[in-house]
Amino acid sequence: MDAVLLARIQFAMTIGFHFLFPPLTIGLAWILVLIETLGWKKKDLVYIALGKFFGKLLALIFAVGVATGIVMEFQFGTNWSEYSKFVGDIFGAPLAAEGVFAFFLESTFLGLYIFGRDKVSKGVHWFSALMVAVGSTISAFWILVANSWQQTPAGYVIQNGRAELTSFWDAVFNPSTMPRFWHTFDAALISGAFFVMGVAAILILRNKEVETAKKALRLAAIFGLVVSLLEVFPFGHDHGRQVAQTQPEKFAAIQGLYTSQTGAPVALFAFPTNKPPELKAKIEIPGLLSWLAFGDVNARIKGINEFPQDEIPPLFLTFVSYHNMVILGMYFIFISALMTYLSWKNKLWNKKKTLKLIAWSIPLPLLACQLGWIAAEVGRQPWIVYKLMKTSHAVSISVGAGEILFSIILFGLIYILLLITLLFLMNKKINAGPEPVQIKEA
Amino acid sequence: MIDLNITWFLLVGVLIIGYAILDGFDLGVGVIQLFTKDKEEKRINKNAIGPVWDGNEVWLLTAGGALFAAFPIVYATVFSGFYLAFILLLVALIFRAVSFEFGKYVETEKAKGYWDIAFSLGSLVPALLYGVAFGNILRGIPLDQKGNFLGSFIGLLNPYSLLIGVLSLAMLTMHGAAYLTLKTEGKQKERMIDLTGKMWIAFVSLYLLATLASFFVAPFLFENVFKNPLFWVLLIVLFVSIILIPVTVRLKKNGLAFLFSSITIGVMIGLAALSLFPRLVPSSIDLSYSLTIYNASSTPRTLFTMLIIALTGMPLVIGYTIFVYRVFKGKVVINKESY
Repeated sequence: MDAVLLARIQFAMTIGFHFLFPPLTIGLAWILVLIETLGWKKKDLVYIALGKFFGKLLALIFAVGVATGIVMEFQFGTNWSEYSKFVGDIFGAPLAAEGVFAFFLESTFLGLYIFGRDKVSKGVHWFSALMVAVGSTISAFWILVANSWQQTPAGYVIQNGRAELTSFWDAVFNPSTMPRFWHTFDAALISGAFFVMGVAAILILRNKEVETAKKALRLAAIFGLVVSLLEVFPFGHDHGRQVAQTQPEKFAAIQGLYTSQTGAPVALFAFPTNKPPELKAKIEIPGLLSWLAFGDVNARIKGINEFPQDEIPPLFLTFVSYHNMVILGMYFIFISALMTYLSWKNKLWNKKKTLKLIAWSIPLPLLACQLGWIAAEVGRQPWIVYKLMKTSHAVSISVGAGEILFSIILFGLIYILLLITLLFLMNKKINAGPEPVQIKEA
Repeated sequence: MIDLNITWFLLVGVLIIGYAILDGFDLGVGVIQLFTKDKEEKRINKNAIGPVWDGNEVWLLTAGGALFAAFPIVYATVFSGFYLAFILLLVALIFRAVSFEFGKYVETEKAKGYWDIAFSLGSLVPALLYGVAFGNILRGIPLDQKGNFLGSFIGLLNPYSLLIGVLSLAMLTMHGAAYLTLKTEGKQKERMIDLTGKMWIAFVSLYLLATLASFFVAPFLFENVFKNPLFWVLLIVLFVSIILIPVTVRLKKNGLAFLFSSITIGVMIGLAALSLFPRLVPSSIDLSYSLTIYNASSTPRTLFTMLIIALTGMPLVIGYTIFVYRVFKGKVVINKESY
């Protein structure tokens, strides 16, 4: 295998695995801010117990996020040195800003949040939870700045054989930064909501602190419903429109639009084939795609046939990951609406099968994140920086295929070990349950 | 004249020094853990750094990010050139990062023991590797005219760099012991005082040896420094603070001993940086192929933007870091939240 392919496999593996944890951290951190607020302001012991319980799970998830995140900061240099040289004048700044504005904040205050509950005032403790949430969100922002610049570069000029900064703010707020930030941030909130809902469902099924778990489930369900709705409109819609305008090849690929048309349809279901590019067994709504993308049912949208053959992304993978992400998005709205209804009407607690379904839904938002990320990154290919640098020109020249293969195997084995250990310990932690709350007799 | 490139040379230096002092002591504690027998003492060691190690490690990530932003050519060349060494470093840091939480929740003593070893090796390997990497930078690495790395992994393991590696290990272990004198009590504290003294002897001997070796291996490091007044100032500060470490530690002024250990680390790195300046990575093929703060840097616009980011962000970071250290000040108390 050649070094480029191996380097891509390694990057996909390390970042894909890492990307399981930040969305959970961000989502869970914000829900913990809600829980801690309720516990502090209402002096409600149930919420205090929930804060401690989910705080411990957050610490576990955070630790694996940190461990796998270290790799990210270095592997642009180790594996993609030609890329690093080409974009360093622009791409390094958001990474450094992430360290200065985000990593310090979340790491320092997480220590205070977990270990400082009895050492600082309630207000400071609440503030530390808030700073963990804010820090992890700022972190997401700067990473999306960096990644969005790869999608829609701005604020630069090509000079001295590299991209040189002309406007920092144009580079930071390039056309895709904000749509992608909101879309990803909200996906993290959905991940958090489904995690809390699922864990609460497990507690109820295992008959542990059921009354405490019910409160968590109600809270997470309504939170989940709000953020799942927001993910479709406005965030998903905005991001989709932005892609249609700024990266038409990617848009055509994820939508399965292989020939240009006016009144382009949305494919609800189809099976794409690569050669020739074609959608088999498709179910379509005519005109909808044109309307969604350009606000006009008759708008003409460019199909794959209009772009040079060597500048189109892989069609099958982008189509399939994008569509499955959308299907999952619909599932999240349905499930969180159902849970909101059932939990607030007290009709949920003896429905074992439904509770099991919620528990098994914990990984689905993370799957949706992965699919969205695949659609976004594979959809950008063959470019590492859209229209500026091809992925095949970006790898380190002094690193051999053998070295990369070795590190892939090594990281692969370690990540399997980490995942198994993490799941085992989370299960144990959940089994231990929140601490019992003494209900005062009236 | 201090221009933007020099400013960033200083700032990256500050980040590396910040990292070496802060994460240095918790790496040192990890090394000491390997030789700690008593279970209770092991637990105290781990909890002495429990709430703060993660924030300390961020200094490394930020230094990496700053290097990427300010001197992308160095970031790209060194990180890809030292490929396997970096992979090894990353593996060690991954195991170390999860060992705290994982070790806390696993049930059997055996499993706890494994994660404890992961913690120790995850500390020892980086403490050693940083020195080896630094040693290679000091003596120069094979860079061709275009700045491409022509060396190999085995080539990085030369005697001089290994010597700097062992020096780094001894120094950080001393630093960790000095930190633990602040966090422990009774016999454990006595032992840490004793260890600080012993590691000091190892550190000073290795430092003298390494300086002597540098004269032969990398004479260019000494080309200009003797004429520089700053060099002499730093040298005096270093000399005084090195002498004061064993003095204060024997007098049980543990806070001061830790302070002098920190100053020693900072000034030592400062001196090494000063002798490299204005080079960042000397080329062992031809010194004129070296990467310098001018030929490896980002544009002035980026350097200036980054300076604004650093000047707005870092005072905040230092402020809340001090606040959190004050919250966790004093001896370790084990409770049910502990590792």
